[in-house]
This record gives sequence, structure tokens and C-alpha cells, in this order.
Amino acid sequence: MKTIAEINDKIKKGKAVVVTAEEVISIVKEKGLKKAAAEIDVVTTGTFGPMCSSGAFINTGHSNPPIKMQNVTLNDVPAYAGLAAVDIFIGAAELSSTQGMQYGGGHVIEDFIAGKDIKLYARSHGTDCYPRKEILTTINKYNVNQAYMYNPRNAYQNYPAAINSTNKTIYTYMGTLLPKYGNITYSTAGELSPLINDPYYRTIGIGTKIFLGGAIGYVSWQGTQHNPSQKRGENGVPTSLAGTIAVTGDLKDMSTRYVKGARYHNYGVSLFVGIGIPIPILDEEMLKYTTISNKDIYTPLVDKSGNETYDVSYNYEQLRSGSVEFKGKQVLTAPLSSLPRAREIANTLKDWIQHSNFTLSEAVTPLPREDKIHKLEIREMK
Amino acid sequence: MTKEKIKIYYTKNQLSRPITYELVKKFDVMFNILHADINYGSEGNLITEISGQDKNVRDALKYLNEVGIVYKKYNKFIIRDEEECIDCGACTAVCPSGALTMNKQDELQFDKEKCLVCELCIKACPIGVIDVEL
Repeated sequence: MKTIAEINDKIKKGKAVVVTAEEVISIVKEKGLKKAAAEIDVVTTGTFGPMCSSGAFINTGHSNPPIKMQNVTLNDVPAYAGLAAVDIFIGAAELSSTQGMQYGGGHVIEDFIAGKDIKLYARSHGTDCYPRKEILTTINKYNVNQAYMYNPRNAYQNYPAAINSTNKTIYTYMGTLLPKYGNITYSTAGELSPLINDPYYRTIGIGTKIFLGGAIGYVSWQGTQHNPSQKRGENGVPTSLAGTIAVTGDLKDMSTRYVKGARYHNYGVSLFVGIGIPIPILDEEMLKYTTISNKDIYTPLVDKSGNETYDVSYNYEQLRSGSVEFKGKQVLTAPLSSLPRAREIANTLKDWIQHSNFTLSEAVTPLPREDKIHKLEIREMK
Repeated sequence: MTKEKIKIYYTKNQLSRPITYELVKKFDVMFNILHADINYGSEGNLITEISGQDKNVRDALKYLNEVGIVYKKYNKFIIRDEEECIDCGACTAVCPSGALTMNKQDELQFDKEKCLVCELCIKACPIGVIDVEL
């Protein structure tokens, strides 16, 4: 048994034993759970995938005369300004009004992090206190006030693989799906994935300090559609969509290596977000969770055309092999989330902790462990 | 030795003609068929590498012109910015020839030899690091 305070003491002395969620698997196989649990202090996880439910708040500062911004665009991408005068929110999946699906909110965020000038245009009805009715200027990360990422839903604990049953190609947020079961796409960091390694959210909670986009961030809330009540395997790992987290961090400190705008052909835009979460090895049970491997993580197959439903699941070792059998045929499988970059994140976080640059935080309060997902009913208007 | 990558277009009437056999016999050229899409009774196309002595390859292609078979030479190549590529793998979902695959380290691997220059990967790449080079 170890406490987070004890682990932090070791981190500060540069003596903490830190391994990644991939490395831990063979270590425990070799040394056994008991011995390894005594030795290992922290297991680091990582993920780098497209996460549409991401965005950023920016406070631009006031102009003279001032304006209460409405109808705001950043590089021609609409942003939300229904807040105080110069607080705006740019969502990752918003499309450019001039370039359509070629550029969007995710790209604005990437360009902002890169330090580029962003064109700001806003109109207003004008008030006695905010008389300006129009503004056109450029902003960048050096001349605005606060700029922080706030992602309402990231790091999905598990995500269904996608296929297309129709006889024409369909374009989805799961990539291009070829006709007649022509391919399967899937998106996961598998055994490296943060919430897979702490399946019951024992250490990851609200307030947990994390790696976010190359900087330090925090779990700020449960993510939207957080569904801890999902069915789970004997190892505790959910067998489909389950837990999610909302995360926040300072955009100005982030790196475009770990935050990247994305476009999905004929679907729209998104944002690749890099997240790494350290798991404190408090006891053998916690270590056991982190030894999960791809062959023990299952995800269902979903027809993205919505026509068919299947009772078929694959584990991530099968999906990562390049093809799986479906309806008696071998179907090509393709990932959407970068494993080399996820590995790099887990290793970077490991390096930070080993060099005493990152200590662990106790969660302020746990994520909900029971919750249910609602469908949107179409109700009659009265 | 010369090697050319070509796409041969067959019309309905040409489909029954054993054109590769004719070229092998007449010009001693080698075929490495990369992709074939033949619908017997309608039309089709064949993507192949054709190699042999410089003169033989030239004569073989001239022969195709003479007998009225349309082909195009591939003079475009797919290029990938390896520095910027994030190895997500989205392009491998649409690659029909297995030129783009994930290797054992989960990195994207591009086998130029297998590439049909169909250009599907260009649109499938979420960060826009794949392009054609003329």
C-alpha cells in the first residue's frame, strides 16, 4: 500500500519508478504482481486521437472604444460569443464559412498554439456601454488574455469499430467506409488508453493533473455522455462506450505536436488531442488494472449506415492485426488514432515524472460511477 | 532495362483479346499485374508494370497504339510528408492495393511499388500530408 503523498515524495527525490502502460505488462509477467506493485510507483498512459468535443475559451481584451462581441469569426470560422463582452468559445468541429470542410475550429486552435495571427471579426448591435459595432483585427497567443482549452468530452474509455453495409461509400467521423463491408475502422489507444487502465475511476477523478496537448492540464469534470454503467468484462473493462472526461489546460503552453486540426472527407473537421494520465500504483489491485492488454479489450462492431445491427465484438489485438473475419470474409481494419504518438505521450509523461517535473494530484472528488445515458425523444410541441 | 507502370483500358470488344500474351510473345516483355478490374461483357482496366529491354517496352506500347487499345502511363506519384505524418492510419482504410499499411511498430508504411496512384489516400488523410507529385 502506498499513498499519493508517498509517491510524490519519491518523485521529488527523483527516485520514483515510472513505467508506461505498455511496459508494465511484461514487467508484471516477469516479476509477478506482488513484487512489481512494491517496486512500481506510477504507470503512465497516453492517447492521441480525433476528439470532436473539444474547444477553447479566449478572452481577447477590450478595444477602445469597446465592443460587446456578437457574430464572431476566427479565421472565418464562427465562434460563440454569447458570454461577457470579449469572452469567446471556439469549437473544434465548427466549419469555415469560406473554406468549408477544408478548415475549421480545430485548425484555428492549432494555428493559435503555433503562435500565428488569427483574423478576428465581430459585429455587435452596440450598447451605451459598448458603442463599437464592428471590429476587424488579428489576435495571437501573445496578445490575448486567457486562452484555455476546455474539452467537454475526451478520452472515451472505449469506442465501437465501424463498418458500412450499404453498396455505396459513406463518409463518417470514423473515416471513409467502403461499400459492402469493404473495411472496418477503429479508434483507440488500447492498452495505453487512460481510462482503460483505471476502469472504475479509482484514481482518475475531478481535479486529476494530466498531460494535455503537451502542457499540464486537469480533469475538470465528467465528460459528456459519461456512461460508467456500461457492461463490463470480468477484468472491469467496459465492452463499449463508457467513461469520458472533460479536460482543461492553458492553450498558450501547448504544442502543435499534440494538438492538431483534422478534416474528415465529406464529414467535417475535428481536432487530434493528446492526453496522458498518470496512474498511481497504490496497491496490487491498481497495478493489476494497468496490466490490461489489447487482447483483453473488446469493442463492438457498428454499421455506420445505421441499417444493420450486429452481435459481434473484436479485441484490439485482432483489430490491430490488419484484418478480421466478418460474415465469413476477411475485412481490412484501419486505425484512426495514432499509437506512436500515444506512446510518445506516455513516455513524455514518464520522463516528466522521473525528472521531478510533474507530481501526482489526489482527485478532489471522484467521477460518477453510476449514471445513465438518455436518448433524445422527439416530443410533440404544445 | 525499362519499367513502366501503365493502366490499360479495355472496351467491350477488346475484352476477349489476350493482349498480355501477345505482348509477351511479340516483344519479350514482363508483366507484373498490380490491379485488375474486368467486368466481362462490358469493360475493364488493368494496372500493370511492364518491363524489359528499352526498345521492347517502347515497341510494346507502340503496338498497343496500333491495335487501338487505350492506355495511360503513370507519371504521377503519391508522396507523403513523413515529418508531418502522425501515423494515425486513416489512409490505410481506403488503400485498395495494400501500398499503405501499418507496420509492427504501428507506424505508417508506404510501399511505392504497390501504389496505383488512385489518390484515395489524399482525401482520406485527416491532416493533409499526402499529395501527388508530377
